[in-house]
Amino acid sequence: MTALGRNLRAIRARAWIRVVAANRELSWLLFDTLLPALATAGYIFVYRALGAPAAYEAYVVLGGVMTAFWMNVLWGMAAQFFWEKDMGNLDIYMMAPISRMSILLGMAVGGMLGTAMRSTVILALGLVVFRIRFEVSGLAAAAGIFLLSLTALYGLGMMLSSLFLLFGRGAQRWATVAQEPVYLVSGFYFPLRDLGFPLAAASASLLPLALGLDAIRQTALGPGTGFLPVHVETAALAALAALFLLCARRTLQAMESRAKREGSLTLKWE
Amino acid sequence: MDSAIRTADLTRTFRKPAGRGLPPSEFRALDGVTLDVRPGELFGLLGPNGAGKTTLIKILCTLLYPTSGLVEVCGLDVVRDCERVRERINMVSGGEPSGYGLLTIREQLWVFSQLYGLTTAAALSRIDRMIAQYGLAKDAGTRINRLSTGMRQKMNLIRGFMTNPSVLFLDEPTLGLDAHIARHARGFIREWMAEDRTRTLLLTTHYLAEAQDLCDRVAIIHDGQVKACDTPANLIAAHRGGAVYEVSLAGLNGAAESLRATPGVTVSGLATDAARGSTTLRFTLPDDSALPAALQSFCSLGGKVLNLSKHQVTLEDVFVAIAGRSLGTDGENA
Repeated sequence: MTALGRNLRAIRARAWIRVVAANRELSWLLFDTLLPALATAGYIFVYRALGAPAAYEAYVVLGGVMTAFWMNVLWGMAAQFFWEKDMGNLDIYMMAPISRMSILLGMAVGGMLGTAMRSTVILALGLVVFRIRFEVSGLAAAAGIFLLSLTALYGLGMMLSSLFLLFGRGAQRWATVAQEPVYLVSGFYFPLRDLGFPLAAASASLLPLALGLDAIRQTALGPGTGFLPVHVETAALAALAALFLLCARRTLQAMESRAKREGSLTLKWE
Repeated sequence: MDSAIRTADLTRTFRKPAGRGLPPSEFRALDGVTLDVRPGELFGLLGPNGAGKTTLIKILCTLLYPTSGLVEVCGLDVVRDCERVRERINMVSGGEPSGYGLLTIREQLWVFSQLYGLTTAAALSRIDRMIAQYGLAKDAGTRINRLSTGMRQKMNLIRGFMTNPSVLFLDEPTLGLDAHIARHARGFIREWMAEDRTRTLLLTTHYLAEAQDLCDRVAIIHDGQVKACDTPANLIAAHRGGAVYEVSLAGLNGAAESLRATPGVTVSGLATDAARGSTTLRFTLPDDSALPAALQSFCSLGGKVLNLSKHQVTLEDVFVAIAGRSLGTDGENA
């Protein structure tokens, strides 16, 4: 068996666990699908009560869709090594002749079932209940940017996972602390440019989510409220995707090496 | 390949950072360990908790770097060639809570087989054969979170066996198992080794009966150092110069612990029966001529000899003679 074949099998097996677990514990449908949809609906009602332009309702729906992927990256991918260690599986994965990126990718692919379901429900809520309309001509471009955003986002997730590997519970606490600020500076529920140029620029430089969401909104809803021109944001996303994937590979190796030197890979948390 | 596992002057130090007025400190878990395990050997590492057994096994499994020294598995350096080492090894720990609770035994084993590139057909055929061989066939569809400790450990052993590693590491494989299940587990280990004479197995344990029962050779490890290494029979034979006795004493009235300090006596077991007011002491002397002086010392503490017997030397006695202390667990898991 070649290394590539082994890694592909590992990705499939790790993804399969997620899918089987989701089918056997259906409570996630309530917690991960219906409750986030209610939160999105809440923002739409606020905008309607304030008499905001209809486009803002579409911003909220697209923000809600992207939130699902961010959650999958943060808790499904970045925190995966932490959870595996907590369950006693980390040694098994670390000792296996496979890339760490395969384990993370498998988890992310498996998590797509729940993520796609959550996104679909929020999108359906927007289209069917709130009758939000998108520019049909821009959907293909939006889909392309969406895929590019996901690549960058999951690259970032892999980078973050190396921090979890090294700092364990400490990293988990920081991720929890950072969750709401990330929602804010990514412009999940309002146009990114409303943050003001310095904050929006800082957010766009670090968070592929902010750039991707802004570009998707411009292509699916029409230009007018974007932070930067779509082609600039797309180029920046491509650069971030390449950078994060490259850095993820390096940081995973570096962090594993450091963890093996310090002994934190094999010792119990705290 | 002359050696399946080879270490030379292996040292591993853990650094504890400074904290709250305390300076940084170092702990040497392994101190100049030199070992040579031959292909096809079932080799035991025997030592008490904290002796360095698990640290050594983690280094051999590429989960921890050595601080210094040479470490090779299947002729490959575990630091430089770690990917190639990983293709050839597997490891199972005792009391391992690994796995995903919602998966069944069969599903769980399939998942782990995929990390080693087994095709699904080959993996399932091997898993089904082993599940039947180790008495888990009727539980193959049981979820992991419903397994008893013994069943879970059988599953863990299959996880290690099924990838057919050249070198398998078992870290305290019968830890926490009752005597019956532990005996079964030892049987599985023997069967797996007998299937292919080129397989090598390194087992760590602090159960003396397990080491004596299973291992071709044993290394006694204590305070991070290998104190002795040979076949159990040779270790015992080399110790025959000493004499092992067991004495029952009455009337010590709380002075039982003082027996440990008796000059010339190495105590390997001390048990007090409060109801009967007696103390049983197992001890080693350099030779029989030292017995009268030892008995006189016991009596000087107020003890009255109820019974005295001489015993065959066991690995426990060897361990006590070498390490200066008892493992204190012999028989728990026999």
